[in-house]
Amino acid sequence: MKKITVFVGLALVSLCASAVAGDLTGVVSFKGTAPAEKELSPIKDDPNCAASYPGALPKTKFYAVSAAGELGDVVVVVKGLPAAPAAAGTAPLVMDQKGCLYVPQILAAQTGQKIIVKNSDTCVHNVHTVPKENTAANLVQMPGGADLDFTFDKPEPFLKFQCDVHPWMFAWVTVVDNSYFAVSGADGKFTIKNVPAGKYTVEATHRKLGVQTAEVEVKADGAVQNFTFAPK
Amino acid sequence: MKYRPALFWFAALTAFATFLLIGLGGLVTSHEAGMSVPDWPTSYGYNMFALPIKFWTGGAFWEHTHRLLASGVGFLTTVLAIWLWAKDSRKWMQWLGVAAFLLCVLQGVLGGLRVVWNMNNLGVPHGAIGQSFLVILSAIALFTSRWWVNSAEAKLPAVPRGLRSHVFYLTILIFVQLLIAATMRHQHAGLAIPDFPLAYGKIWPATTPEAIAQYNAQRVEINNISPITAFQVVLQMVHRLVAVFILLGVVAAAFLARKKLGGADGLAKFAWFWTALLITQVGLGMATIWTNKAADIATLHVMVGAISLLVGALWWLVAMRRTALTEIVPAGQNRNN
Repeated sequence: MKKITVFVGLALVSLCASAVAGDLTGVVSFKGTAPAEKELSPIKDDPNCAASYPGALPKTKFYAVSAAGELGDVVVVVKGLPAAPAAAGTAPLVMDQKGCLYVPQILAAQTGQKIIVKNSDTCVHNVHTVPKENTAANLVQMPGGADLDFTFDKPEPFLKFQCDVHPWMFAWVTVVDNSYFAVSGADGKFTIKNVPAGKYTVEATHRKLGVQTAEVEVKADGAVQNFTFAPK
Repeated sequence: MKYRPALFWFAALTAFATFLLIGLGGLVTSHEAGMSVPDWPTSYGYNMFALPIKFWTGGAFWEHTHRLLASGVGFLTTVLAIWLWAKDSRKWMQWLGVAAFLLCVLQGVLGGLRVVWNMNNLGVPHGAIGQSFLVILSAIALFTSRWWVNSAEAKLPAVPRGLRSHVFYLTILIFVQLLIAATMRHQHAGLAIPDFPLAYGKIWPATTPEAIAQYNAQRVEINNISPITAFQVVLQMVHRLVAVFILLGVVAAAFLARKKLGGADGLAKFAWFWTALLITQVGLGMATIWTNKAADIATLHVMVGAISLLVGALWWLVAMRRTALTEIVPAGQNRNN
């Protein structure tokens, strides 16, 4: 009887919480002139990789600024919520190695959330994680080889994935200890769904441009918070 | 002690192969390829010597060929140690061969552990032992050379203690400089300061957290290098300062050698060669910065650094030999060790 009471109580609390949760949305913008991106010229040294680029070689993508000044690849996190690893059914994130580049280059994952790394290339890669808080790994992945799975237990900003066979290949995964985060898209927009109503500090982090914070109150109808970055 | 040309040339060959190995190791680090083959002593699960050629691509090419050449140097060193033990009558030379063999094994294991333990920091002792190993093998070549064996008959003048000490401490300073350089390279952070002769436009760059954040924001890295830190900026400044001291010290050594030994003396000429080497080395250091650490230039900088250390060490050994013979052996009397 006691267990049933607790269960019903928890269910009610959960129901109430979801009832007063709203989406946090916003747009990240960039004002100023970003440093010029560089051509990834070493790609031509590996014929397997160069074959993916019969025309111009790709460039670095540190500043994903649209023509309208919107900034992508900014990780937005709601701070101050209880830490919780990803639930068992949480969908994994996928990072591909395609054309000897990591796609996408910036990801955000919840602690315990599976990250699947694929190799769509016709050449060998090594997937080398370079964490500061979590455990490092360095695994070889043959062309057509099985996907590799990674999970991280501790929160960590911009945990680097790199390939040492192709040293221009790198990506970053920000590991967050709750599920309330998002990465801004190419249009600068982000949406964090079902944030419990309340007042929070929201943190927007760009790997090069640093951190911006804002105090936000989320209500049942959601909240809007925009961020504007400028060159350092 | 009898001069054995085959033994001498074999020792010289082993030393030369080691020099090339240092260059190849430099290329591995310059290409940020040290972890491109994650397993050891196997390579991608294959026997190292049977890795299909289709996998010798990108960074794996540098790492794998480094492992193969290292195996070759290991084989040469083993043969050399056995040869010395069997044929060299000097007990200390026999044990020097054993020491070289053990150092070679340690170096190989260290290189392997750096990979399987995924520890960047092991790259620094790996680099330092590589340089020391080259000096030991070159010293073995010197000790088995015709000049060393027959030097008593040459009646060369002694080298003043002050000059010998100057070169000795200068060589130690070069080794310290190589340790600083190895530490810089194994931070895997690229150029901590991208300009020269100034540093971020100043004589001494700012290293506040705000300044470091600004430097990192302005960097557009092509390779998978890490963000720079204040420590790395200071380390490069120390490397620049020590380079100035070394260059001045080597120039002073050349003038001192000419003054004390005469311009025609072999050691005086060797000291001028050392000076030319150091000028080249400083030029390569500048070129490393101006080319944004181009792999070939940075590696040449490593290789000339290795020769600079070696020349200092060999100069000092030759000076010690000449002095010891002059002090101990009466003129005209032969020595056979």
